[in-house]
Amino acid sequence: MSATLPAELRLTHLQQLESEAIGIMREVVAQCERPVMLYSIGKDSSVLLHLARKAFFPGKIPFPLLHVDTTWKFREMIVFRQRMADEIGFELIVHTNAEGVAQGINPFDHGSKNYTDIMKTQALRQALDAGRFDAAFGGARRDEEKSRAKERVFSFRDAHHRWDPKNQRPELWNLYNGRVNQGESIRVFPMSNWTELDVWQYIHVEQIPIVPLYFAAERPVVERDGVLIMVDDDRFVFDEGEVAEQRLVRFRTLGCYPLSGAIESTATTLPEIIDEMLVATRSEREGRVIDFDQSGSMEQKKREGYF
Amino acid sequence: MAAELPARDGFDVSDVEAYLASHRQKDLLRLLTCGSVDDGKSTLIGRLLHDAQLIYEDVLASLEADSAAHGSAGDGVDLALLMDGLRAEREQGITIDVAYRYFSTARRTFIIADTPGHPQYTRNMATGASTCDLAVILIDARHGVLAQTKRHSYIASLLGIGRVVVAVNKMDLVGWSQDRFTEICEDYRSFAKELGFGQPYFLPMSALAGDNVVDASGNLGWFDGPPLLEHLETVDIDASVDLEHFRMPVQLVSRPDADFRGYAGTIASGVLRPGDEVVALPSGLSSTVERIATFDGDLDVAGPGRAVTVTLDDDIDVSRGDLLVTPGSEPQRAHDLDAMVVWMSETGAEPGSSYLLQTANTVSNCAIRSLRHRVDINTGAHEQAPGLGLNDIGHCVITSDRELAFDPYSANRATGSFVLVDRLTNATVGAGMILGAASAWDRTPDAALVRQRSEISDAERAIRFGQQPCTILLTGLTAAGKSTLATALERELFDRGKVSIRLDGENVRMGISRDLGFSTQERSENLRRVSEVARLVNGQGLIAIAAMVAPDRDVRQRARDLVGVDRYVEVFVDTPIEVCRERDPHGLYAMADSGEIPRFPGVSADFDKPTDADLRVDTSAQDVDECIDAIVRKLTERGFLRGLPNA
Repeated sequence: MSATLPAELRLTHLQQLESEAIGIMREVVAQCERPVMLYSIGKDSSVLLHLARKAFFPGKIPFPLLHVDTTWKFREMIVFRQRMADEIGFELIVHTNAEGVAQGINPFDHGSKNYTDIMKTQALRQALDAGRFDAAFGGARRDEEKSRAKERVFSFRDAHHRWDPKNQRPELWNLYNGRVNQGESIRVFPMSNWTELDVWQYIHVEQIPIVPLYFAAERPVVERDGVLIMVDDDRFVFDEGEVAEQRLVRFRTLGCYPLSGAIESTATTLPEIIDEMLVATRSEREGRVIDFDQSGSMEQKKREGYF
Repeated sequence: MAAELPARDGFDVSDVEAYLASHRQKDLLRLLTCGSVDDGKSTLIGRLLHDAQLIYEDVLASLEADSAAHGSAGDGVDLALLMDGLRAEREQGITIDVAYRYFSTARRTFIIADTPGHPQYTRNMATGASTCDLAVILIDARHGVLAQTKRHSYIASLLGIGRVVVAVNKMDLVGWSQDRFTEICEDYRSFAKELGFGQPYFLPMSALAGDNVVDASGNLGWFDGPPLLEHLETVDIDASVDLEHFRMPVQLVSRPDADFRGYAGTIASGVLRPGDEVVALPSGLSSTVERIATFDGDLDVAGPGRAVTVTLDDDIDVSRGDLLVTPGSEPQRAHDLDAMVVWMSETGAEPGSSYLLQTANTVSNCAIRSLRHRVDINTGAHEQAPGLGLNDIGHCVITSDRELAFDPYSANRATGSFVLVDRLTNATVGAGMILGAASAWDRTPDAALVRQRSEISDAERAIRFGQQPCTILLTGLTAAGKSTLATALERELFDRGKVSIRLDGENVRMGISRDLGFSTQERSENLRRVSEVARLVNGQGLIAIAAMVAPDRDVRQRARDLVGVDRYVEVFVDTPIEVCRERDPHGLYAMADSGEIPRFPGVSADFDKPTDADLRVDTSAQDVDECIDAIVRKLTERGFLRGLPNA
């Protein structure tokens, strides 16, 4: 497309996004005392992890990874988590809200809103407080959801982990301000400018390992309100008359299995996934049950400290 | 909302590979959309995504639901709601922050920074503009060029956006009138001349109906340029990439083991190859690049925008905050900066306020030394102001406690920009674009210097000389008669027994200003030197008579401040330019007309006519004696020709 820039110096948009993300990660490590990376085990986290390895090469990743384990994650995710920790050799912190477990909080009896609040939002705050982390990387992207379109790359949180959309720091050029006072923190989104297609394509180009649940396979599911929920273990609470049926499905996003909707698909390779995505007419977060609770619900959750 | 949805059926996997291969090669255009509240900007972006078939079905469904609740499109889907993210804003019906949208077409990928048109949000627009290559400025065809249009254009220009699309929207509401379009284009051109946009692309459109957004418009048959999307897909974005001046701010030093010491950073400009010599600033030590290390293997060459880790041949001391550059094209270095600052905080800034100054490579303590002027962004006019408030833009002099290595923002965004951070709240309160090292006007004398005092008092001098010291500046066009008057005034004062010193602009240039040319900066420096000399001789009780063109109002103001307003007498020698041209003893006007002398005040550069001079004389209407009488009367009136005040 250019006559002026030699080919060897032209960066494709993926290379630009990669360099931008690497620059952001390095800046956090330079500016902040105790960074941590939120590791959700999903595909975005896999990309984030890969970017972190690149950013600090040939050194090791200079911060721990934190997984908030609700105890309701897909079993394959937990297996994958361990595999990555063994292969790459990062420091892994796993945190579960013990109080929530003691109270028996689960997505079936307590509704997705309460459950998410206690087992994810509260648990995340506990873990961040316990680690005295002043910066936390997340894999969120601005293209995922309307309220995220305005999120900063360095997103300031007060001492209560709250996000105030009216009180965010102006962010110009590539100058990121990561300074915080005691107890305050910064959530950092190095992949802010990536799209879902960019993520898939990058995974493909870089051959980044991802959880097999992203690929289509016969899995036991029940259909609820038009959403396919996988029966991942024997804690699944069936409604009256419901039975699990085997269907060829895959997941576009992964979270807690009772809250993650599967889609019917035959895509068993990355090009097939991308192919499906290119003709898809539904955006990615639709598979997540939590967003449907109330209008503008993601914005509400973010104000409360959800990632 | 991100995907490209090419129309195709029976698409097999090998096609995907081909598609991915081509998608991988696309480049990225970051663009900014700006317009007034009702110009239809959000509708335009919604339309762009909608017509390019880039909106997902569920997003469209949720949009239809939202349109019923908050929409203002009457029937159908309000595409503007696609852009308005936060709930409170949706209910107010105004976008109040920067929202980013992503899409790609067969030719290019795009990031749209959507910034508000609301008058209160200069801050957000500057934020959005800081990373963009191109701006789309919307104008409502019914209203034409408004104050907001000028404001948005000014900010886009200030933030260094060189490419602009002027989209004249709502053409359907002016009957698709070509005359109306032409009129708006001319209006825009006449005020945007000085904004440095190159050639704006003027485009008539109707975003609501979709004319000239993605598809060419049948209603606008008289217009033959490409629609917006095609323009965005084809505009050259590489031309402004700087491959000449290598700059890499060091973010981190990577020392994973005893054998590896690398410097991690992103190349801001220029090209780097193993074997290249580099200089580390501020130390000034040089070394040779050994490797450009990345996770994917060493690189033979790396250019702007690339994040790399560089190892050097020898262990010179380099740390975070240093800047690696190539020898021979080094950046400027100074403690004191001249910069345009956009203020972004409710808490205002005043001269003396101190902050943290964060650049691409350093954090230092700084203070705003002075506010040269504030810019009225609706007119571009400079105005005096005690400080900067939220959304103000001002020309500031900033002093840093460490020497900064920088380029002017116009040459390099990455090494020419900074943010100011409040030390207590850590909030980002200002954003700055460096113009250059502060001129000598603003330089602080070395702190070790001590002023030596005289043992003779001002009163003793006043009695001895029979006068109070003052500085008379005769300002006016070339050949206005300034030197003639200065010489005559010197004679008159001498005959009256007064003691004066004449500082003629031309004479000065043969001596203490022999090193100066005639650029704006050099004229400013010349007047500074004359003013400093005048201040010294005033200090010794003498009267100084300066005859200078002094075309710049701001610079004359500085001379006034330097000498002291009580001792400053400004005489505007307001001889009509036709008369000056006729006199022109050295043929300078002819040379200015032919371009042989560039930037000649009154011809090819501005002469800011004084509006508050102490006295105005016109040598075409008054003879020399009349002029001198008037000046002497003024000096007498102000008490300068008496030995003791109240005596």
